[in-house]
Amino acid sequence: MPYDPERDPLLEIKDLCLSYFTRAGEIPAVFDFSLTLKPGESVGLVGESGCGKSTVALGIMRYMGHNGGIVGGKIIFKGRDMADLSEEELRSLRGSEISMIYQEPMAALNPSLTIGSQLMEVPMIHEGVSAEEARKRSVQMLADVKLPDAERVMDAYPHQISGGQQQRVVIAMALLSNPSLLLLDEPTTALDVTVEAGIVELIAELSRKYNSSLLYISHNLGLMLEVCDRIGVMYSGEVVEEGNIDSIFTWPKHPYTHGLFGCIPLPYADKNSRPLVAIEGQLPLPHERPPGCNFGPRCQFFKGGLCDASVLAIEEVTTDDDDDHRVRCARWNEIDPAEVIAVGIEKESVEIGETVLEVDAMQKYYEVRDTSIGALVSGEGVKYVKANETISFSARRGETVGIVGESGCGKSTFAKVLMGLETATDGEVRLEGKNIGNMPVKSRSPEQLGSLQMVFQNPNDTLNPSHTIGGQIGRVIKKFGVESDPQKIMERVVELLDIVKLPRDFIIRKPRQLSGGQKQRVGIARAFAGNPAMVIADEPISALDVSVAAAVTELLMDIQREHKTTLLFISHDLSAVRYLADRVVVMYLGKIMERGTTDEVFAPPYHPYTEALLSAVPIADPEINKRHIVLEGNLPSVMNPPKGCPFSTRCHRHLGDICDNEPPPEQIDRDRHIIACHIPLDELRAVEPVISVPSAVEKDRTRLTKMARANKMAAEAAAAELVAMEARARAAAAEAAAAEAAVDATNPGAE
Amino acid sequence: MVVLISKRIGFMVITMFVVSVLLFLALEFSPGDVATKVLGPYSSEESRQLWLEAHGYFEPAWKRYGIWLGKFATGDFGDSVRFKVPVSEILWPRLWNTAILGFWTFAFLIPVSLALGVLAGMREGSKLDRVISVGSIITTSIPEFASTVFLSAIFVFTLRWLPGTSSMSSGFEFKQLILPVLVLFIYDFGYVARMTRASMAEVMTTPYIRTAILKGLPYRQVILKHALRNALIAPFTVIMLQINWLLSGVIVVEFFFAYKGFGALLLEASLNQDLYVIEACAMVAVFVAVTSQTLADIGYTFLNPRIRFS
Amino acid sequence: MAELVKTLSPAPSPGSALGRAFKSFSLLKESPVGMIGAGLVAFWILVAIFAPLLAPFDPLATLKPMAKPGTEFAGGGTFWLGTDHLGRDILSRIIFGSQTVLIYAPLATISAYVVGILMGLAAGYHMGWWDVILSRISDIILSFPVLVLYIIIIATYGASGAVIIVAITFASAPGVMRIVRGLVLDLRSREYVAAAQTRGEAAMYIMLVEILPNARGPLIVDACVRLGYVIITIGVLGFLGLGLPPPDPDWGGMINETRKMAMIFPHMTLFPSIAISSLILGFNLLADGLREVSLRD
Repeated sequence: MPYDPERDPLLEIKDLCLSYFTRAGEIPAVFDFSLTLKPGESVGLVGESGCGKSTVALGIMRYMGHNGGIVGGKIIFKGRDMADLSEEELRSLRGSEISMIYQEPMAALNPSLTIGSQLMEVPMIHEGVSAEEARKRSVQMLADVKLPDAERVMDAYPHQISGGQQQRVVIAMALLSNPSLLLLDEPTTALDVTVEAGIVELIAELSRKYNSSLLYISHNLGLMLEVCDRIGVMYSGEVVEEGNIDSIFTWPKHPYTHGLFGCIPLPYADKNSRPLVAIEGQLPLPHERPPGCNFGPRCQFFKGGLCDASVLAIEEVTTDDDDDHRVRCARWNEIDPAEVIAVGIEKESVEIGETVLEVDAMQKYYEVRDTSIGALVSGEGVKYVKANETISFSARRGETVGIVGESGCGKSTFAKVLMGLETATDGEVRLEGKNIGNMPVKSRSPEQLGSLQMVFQNPNDTLNPSHTIGGQIGRVIKKFGVESDPQKIMERVVELLDIVKLPRDFIIRKPRQLSGGQKQRVGIARAFAGNPAMVIADEPISALDVSVAAAVTELLMDIQREHKTTLLFISHDLSAVRYLADRVVVMYLGKIMERGTTDEVFAPPYHPYTEALLSAVPIADPEINKRHIVLEGNLPSVMNPPKGCPFSTRCHRHLGDICDNEPPPEQIDRDRHIIACHIPLDELRAVEPVISVPSAVEKDRTRLTKMARANKMAAEAAAAELVAMEARARAAAAEAAAAEAAVDATNPGAE
Repeated sequence: MVVLISKRIGFMVITMFVVSVLLFLALEFSPGDVATKVLGPYSSEESRQLWLEAHGYFEPAWKRYGIWLGKFATGDFGDSVRFKVPVSEILWPRLWNTAILGFWTFAFLIPVSLALGVLAGMREGSKLDRVISVGSIITTSIPEFASTVFLSAIFVFTLRWLPGTSSMSSGFEFKQLILPVLVLFIYDFGYVARMTRASMAEVMTTPYIRTAILKGLPYRQVILKHALRNALIAPFTVIMLQINWLLSGVIVVEFFFAYKGFGALLLEASLNQDLYVIEACAMVAVFVAVTSQTLADIGYTFLNPRIRFS
Repeated sequence: MAELVKTLSPAPSPGSALGRAFKSFSLLKESPVGMIGAGLVAFWILVAIFAPLLAPFDPLATLKPMAKPGTEFAGGGTFWLGTDHLGRDILSRIIFGSQTVLIYAPLATISAYVVGILMGLAAGYHMGWWDVILSRISDIILSFPVLVLYIIIIATYGASGAVIIVAITFASAPGVMRIVRGLVLDLRSREYVAAAQTRGEAAMYIMLVEILPNARGPLIVDACVRLGYVIITIGVLGFLGLGLPPPDPDWGGMINETRKMAMIFPHMTLFPSIAISSLILGFNLLADGLREVSLRD
């Protein structure tokens, strides 16, 4: 039967199983995967790392390397089974009918070819057009993806443009031959959040314009909400739940989906009254999956004999009006995850004590020598990179201060100065009254070192792979002079492992035997080994999966509560900062834009940058209304910052020359809430909030209406079913009677 | 870009300068040794003193170095002790012979090792890759002097196809060049091929090759347009550095085959303590090596747009 | 509690380090090429150790000049590989020659590694002037064609075991330094190094305890390859007549002494050539196997 775009789906995947073959044998990456994608529809696949979502995209392209392949099921694209295509047919499909957009735009572009030649080859190969025609189309497409100065970009090499621009080029490349299916594999994960917002908007706009179907793969549930019509939630190689955006977000049926929502710091989560609820345990390794339900060992509704009995099939959820809502759970009908999960146990708030850290007009400049002849002639051989400029704020005992900003804002430099890995160029940093800003780490006493420690970002990097966990923690204890007797040191190590809730036998393990979350816990134990007054956490959860991140966040908060430690939480993740910080410092290009308590910063008056940041962060709750502000342009280079306000080049509330030429004044809104902006405070106060959270009552009401609507549907369906049954019964009876009559008629002489 | 090139050339001059100082310190610093080497161990003390006086060896060392360097820079290397003629008269023809040998070696080495390296790296782990990889390990493992023995045993003593020496005593004969070229080729082929293979294999796993394939480009074009351009940057540098290696390699080959080249000259000079010839050869060798290194660096920046435009 | 602490002593014992090394060698089983290499190397090491037991004759004794392989000796025994122009048994000389090679080559390599690692650590960790100066020095040394450098050194200082080791160290350490420096530049930006710095560890501790152990993989592979090159170098020097002074058996020297007679007695040069090639091949195959195995997991 020929493909009919009006009737048939664009892409139909049936019971797909994908495997990789290694020396250890076959490792199933994806199994029992089904998906139907209609023209113009956008479907999302969401899941944590290792769940197989990217493998699906590569499987659709039939590109799985020499050790991977399709072991079962079918992929039917426009009525043709992908498995039947020859290499040549496959080639003509790739890049013209199906295109892909990748996670790392810099890596996805060839570094030694101009962008123009990489774009032009697409229409030249697939449509055989001339070079001039291809160039014309490429320039047009670059304009379509809103790259200014398309002609210049055509002749540039990839490294000459910014990350956001590179991703726009990759999108342009994918759209050049007007594909009917676009696969997006974490297209914005490597980008800053304000850049991400622009890319997401562009993708949505262009897919409408070109009427392409989207398969959007991401770990970010909030993003899904902004881009997709339907989503599938994947866990350990299979889809555990799928359905319309509305049904997944409003009444998730699978305990895993529900658990995921409990891990996301939504705007109404609160570290004391509504803490996050992590999913216990960890993702099983691909060759150690449990029998039955993969989520079983981590599920609190697990029932032996039922959940681990046999491979589970995905079933339709019949209690709502969404025909596409399906779930892979043996007990979906008898449990309601909403009743148990997602209500964390209320925790006590910490008493805020005296001031521990005082940063006073701290500056950190780096000298950069420009050795070009021009610079030497003009005598401007030495330039300064102002990594931190006049940074002032304070932190008290037991307080959590969040420092938030995008890449290049100087937040990591600030951490280095605090730790003594760099020294301040000017100003003071006082820790418990003593200036440590000019004190390099070598001249600090063991007590000073121990009282200021750090939790690092990358779990695979934070521990030395050559040494045991016990050895590494023990070294810290010895170094800080907490204990010196080997026996005592070991006792303290065991104690610290208990605090971070790790098994004691981890002492003799090497880091490679630990999962990412466990390594991060060891990193926390190490930071707390010297009973620090203050701990700096530099992006401690940004490399972790959402369910693990929640557990690590909660652990960090618990230890902090218990030890009344001051926590400096450095992050690009606004949601995490809002969730756990008492006070927030917003940085941009080395300067503080705004600071104040969390409530003050996250409500008007905002600094326009804070406002844009807030609007850019995707929120995984359809009930929350958000204003959309998309910033123009790129982050300026730290080498060459704008003369006036650093944010002036991208500001959506730009006033005029004053912003470009004069540094903004620090306007005091309230006691400790300060905004560095030229716009009068009254005007900023009048700004509408970016996010409006419905009250709990309102939330319940929408939920109930939706439920009622669904229940009504169910009732109607049941009624209809009843009518149908009756009709069937009547028909059967009539048929039987007729047959009887017929028998009677054919055997008249039987009596 | 201009800055980069002038930096490289500046560094080349500094290197040559430092090398000249080192050579001077090692070979000419103590006049007594020089006299012994030039006049021989059985010369009288008096004649040595006279010779030293006549040749300005009683000047302070820094002054002697200045004069020595000046002469070197103008191509005056002094007289050979053994041949009693100016060193330049022997050196240049010998260097030319070595250049011929080097030219033919590279003429075979570059295309063959690049082609096999690319073929092996294109499909890492394939049968072809394994054969080429193991083959190149084996060839690099046979030292030149051993392969001269093996090849002579086959082609000279058993098959009697080729001459066992390459002295070119009756004029230039290409036949005599075959074995020396073959020995140099065998020893160096494996190294260049393996470097090319590694570079190609690395490029083939990059995301931009995946982009090119998933763009629907024909495989030929993926390789020729997208892969080779990046994969051949590293081998280019490697090949330029082989010039430096060749200056070592020719010594063994020329010695074994009695080929009248630069390497044999240096070796004979050192075995005979022919001081000025050693100095001249060393300076020329370092000059050639440093020049090729500089060209490699400059070429690298031209080939790599990430350095060219930054 | 105390018991637990006792059983879980985390001090890295030498036993565990040995066990680790053993484990990575047992991984080598996965690579047939690597196993062949390990076999060849092990063969020659055993030959060197048991040389006095294996050699049928005294390697220095002149017995019967220019005997072909397989000739019976009047005084008892057989010249399995023949004798050389002075009548010394070639098999015995090859067996004892393995001792020379397997003593000088590892010594020279280790010495080059000690110097190269220290230079590389200093340049890569401290950066700045350390790096500029050390890198320039090694650039200059590396700009010499290697053999030219050896010839100049040996022409100046004469040929002896010590001079050869010093010359090889001098010529190879810059190469080792470049590799170490590259690895250190990468490793020094790791967070565990920052963690060590923020707890006030000395630079020496960080370099040797935090950084160096994590660079061992590539360094072991490189060491195997470099060992092969050093063996070639020692052979070449022997072959050019610049090697260890006679009469101690030295494979390169054996070829040099007899190459003029190769036309009539090819066995005199052939067997030492096979010996040296097989040993170098062993190290190169071993390096390749280790590299393959280390890339896998």
